[in-house]
Amino acid sequence: MSTLKEADPASPAGSADPFKHRRPLGDRGFQIMALAAGLLVLVILVLIVITTAQQSSNWFSTAGFKGIFSTTWDPGANKFGAMAFLYGTVISSVIGLIIAVPISIGVALLLTEVVPRRWGRPIVYVIDLLAVVPSVVWGLWGIILLAPWLQHIYASIASGLNGVPVLGTLFGGPNVEGASFFTAGLILAVMITPIVTSLSREVIATVPVIDREGAYALGATRWEMIRGAVWPHSQGGVVGAILIGLGRAMGETIAVALVIGDSAQITGHLFYTGYSIPAAIALQFGEATGGEFRSALIGLGLFLFVLTILVNLVARGIVERSARRMRGA
Amino acid sequence: MEQQDQEIIAKLAVPEPSVRDEVPKSGNAVFDAKNVSIYYSAFRAVTDVSLTIYENEITAFIGPSGCGKTTVLRTLNRMNDLIPGARVEGGVHYRGAALYSSGVSATAVRRRIGMVFQKPNPFPKSIFDNVAYGPRINGERNKAKLAEIVEQSLRQAALWDEVKDRLNKSALGMSGGQQQRLCIARTLAVEPDVVLMDEPCSALDPIATGKIEDLMQEIKSRYTIVIVTHNMQQATRVSDRTAFYSVLRDETSDVRTGVLVEYDRTEKIFNDPADSRTLAYVTGRMG
Amino acid sequence: MAVEAVPPEAVDLREPAGWRRTKNQLMTVLMWAAFVIVLIPLGFVLVTVISKGAGAISWQFLTSSSIPPNVLPLGTGGMGPAVIGTLEITGLAAVIAVPLGVLGAIYINEYGGKGWLAKFIAFMSDVMTGVPSIVMGLFIYTIWVLHFGFSGLAGSFALACLMLPVIIRSSYEMLRLVPDSLREGSYALGATKARVTVTVVLPAAIGGIVSGSLLAIARAAGETAPLIFTILTVESTNSNVFSGPDTALSTQIFANAQSPYVGAQARAWGAALTLIAIAFILMIVARFITARFTRYSR
Repeated sequence: MSTLKEADPASPAGSADPFKHRRPLGDRGFQIMALAAGLLVLVILVLIVITTAQQSSNWFSTAGFKGIFSTTWDPGANKFGAMAFLYGTVISSVIGLIIAVPISIGVALLLTEVVPRRWGRPIVYVIDLLAVVPSVVWGLWGIILLAPWLQHIYASIASGLNGVPVLGTLFGGPNVEGASFFTAGLILAVMITPIVTSLSREVIATVPVIDREGAYALGATRWEMIRGAVWPHSQGGVVGAILIGLGRAMGETIAVALVIGDSAQITGHLFYTGYSIPAAIALQFGEATGGEFRSALIGLGLFLFVLTILVNLVARGIVERSARRMRGA
Repeated sequence: MEQQDQEIIAKLAVPEPSVRDEVPKSGNAVFDAKNVSIYYSAFRAVTDVSLTIYENEITAFIGPSGCGKTTVLRTLNRMNDLIPGARVEGGVHYRGAALYSSGVSATAVRRRIGMVFQKPNPFPKSIFDNVAYGPRINGERNKAKLAEIVEQSLRQAALWDEVKDRLNKSALGMSGGQQQRLCIARTLAVEPDVVLMDEPCSALDPIATGKIEDLMQEIKSRYTIVIVTHNMQQATRVSDRTAFYSVLRDETSDVRTGVLVEYDRTEKIFNDPADSRTLAYVTGRMG
Repeated sequence: MAVEAVPPEAVDLREPAGWRRTKNQLMTVLMWAAFVIVLIPLGFVLVTVISKGAGAISWQFLTSSSIPPNVLPLGTGGMGPAVIGTLEITGLAAVIAVPLGVLGAIYINEYGGKGWLAKFIAFMSDVMTGVPSIVMGLFIYTIWVLHFGFSGLAGSFALACLMLPVIIRSSYEMLRLVPDSLREGSYALGATKARVTVTVVLPAAIGGIVSGSLLAIARAAGETAPLIFTILTVESTNSNVFSGPDTALSTQIFANAQSPYVGAQARAWGAALTLIAIAFILMIVARFITARFTRYSR
């Protein structure tokens, strides 16, 4: 960059040049570029909100508040209630979390407490491998192989639980399908395990060694040490990790779209087909030609955006707070 | 490596540590170490240490950095087990039982032989829960009994009056000196036989240090204490016996290892040591 | 001195009473069980994709010029256009996102200092990593496709939006690890900040930055949702990535997965294997670079 002014060691000390405070053009230009790149993030986020809000205003104004949250989704009749999708998103994500959390924490503890450093690497590779499988491949496997196989299992569970009070509603019913809320929950669990595991691991690894030694020195077994010294330190961070996993689960589109079935219904039967917000957008976008239909789908996207941003903010807030408490201690 | 090691050690001529153990002989032996060498993988950190720790005495380990005093201390309650590659050769006996034989449980050992660390390490829990942690993991569930144990332990650690009104507050909110006394209370709560202390006052101010030294004198009639310290005045103030360790260095290969130079009653070590190296160390610092 | 006589009470140093030991062992077993549970679906998926996909893959499959209709069985045509599409679109996305991401990370770490703006951008960038990919697709749809139509370029934009925060985050972590002494040495020689950054800091962190970018690219290559709204899956190669609908492996798999025809499904498996292979190769290269070329690590 010819415009850069290099400090010339040959120039006499009293020369006016080095004392001029004007920064060379190239340096300034670079800084501006870097700043612009950074600001791009903010710009994109703001634009997302503006454009999607704009496009969904049709839906908002036509359907009104009650219409948006109604449980009927019937494009043919121009009814666009989002409740069923919201329900499906939440239910399948929660199922996914319930399954994924103990497993992720278990693997994280395995890596930090049980397995010596060198032998932990293969385990980390397995987790990375899990993360690298694309969502669409999970969906492909899910719908072609997993769902039909699960259908039989669901059917036998359902017939076995006929008439049983709570469990019968959850896991029973005559119309159980392989492609259902529960299957979607299963696939989600598999997909969010890598991120929850690796974030939890990071948190747990920051527990100072002397705290662990303190517990051992009192004659604790390893599990007692984990409960006494590790857990109090890392519970905030792990909760944050779980919430981030929740956010991922809610936003997961393709795998869920393929295995959740496609009926917009709200039901307690977990083995029934359902829908989720991203799945609805993905599957119905092609057919959405009309104004309100398309507007509604984009509005759903806005919902999802706001929902996941909120969950992420809360998650990061919790992680920050617990990290600050530990540092300040 | 083994061959070389032995040659070097032979050349360096580790003499029998001067142990003039005259009357009065104290009570029972609590620890009995015979020809103990401690390795971290291939590195021999400590060579050929033999000594006996007596009941209800305060024994100080002193010496320059790297002499292995902390390593020996941690061997006494099997804390070195936590370091991959660490291994102990020679015999370490606790009240007649071999500490490192198979079948011995490290957790059982540590319940009897507690440890206080250099930097206070209270758990991020309440003061009460910190002290109650030990008894709880040993099965004590009765709330009244736990409260009693906590009070007794805190009294022994000279902390009760300061914290009795805020037992439910976080332990992390206390000063460094208070936290260290809490760690001592926590250790006493499991009613150990021995308390090992690894430079417990090095992170504390002189007043806090004084309180802990008073504490040690108070409890020594009920426990056996071994303390590693850098501070020689502290050793003279609190300990009955002192073991002086040093670094032995082979000039050609630069292999270093820690050895026990002299072990005797504290007055003898500081006023009339048998070994010239001891004399050099204790006068160098005090001068 | 040494007391070898039998002490008054035999010191019992054996394991603590039953329950504690059992609980400890049980917990360890559960932790291992968690890992095994993770292996199960991974194993199933990999075995299935490899066995079913291997049957479909051939040179013709990977390089054919058109994708046959779903009805047709395996044998005719292949996924050539999709392969090219994935490589082109992801490649273009990388060209857009990597420089911008690295520059953004440079701003946060080198220029931002302790200022609120840098912290805010870093925080928002982290939050942005949580934005669902489908939202990015919708975003580009409304802001670009509605005006300029479907194209591979639009898909690249969507993927780039996804990659940007991830690359900012990983690059920022790498830059942070470069010790200040390096910068100071360069400043002391009279270099400007830009020069210091480009000639000293960046090369020092380059290993980590490259591997982090490769991982982001691997993730982007497998994305489907953002592409649905931006490229409009078609059946033949579109040589011009800048205009006109395009196709990619991920969207093809998505379409074929919903088809009842065996041929289409078989092609989907083949495409899946190809996609996993691409992502896997990128991941291995990234690991290799981390191991060999990263000078400063945590």
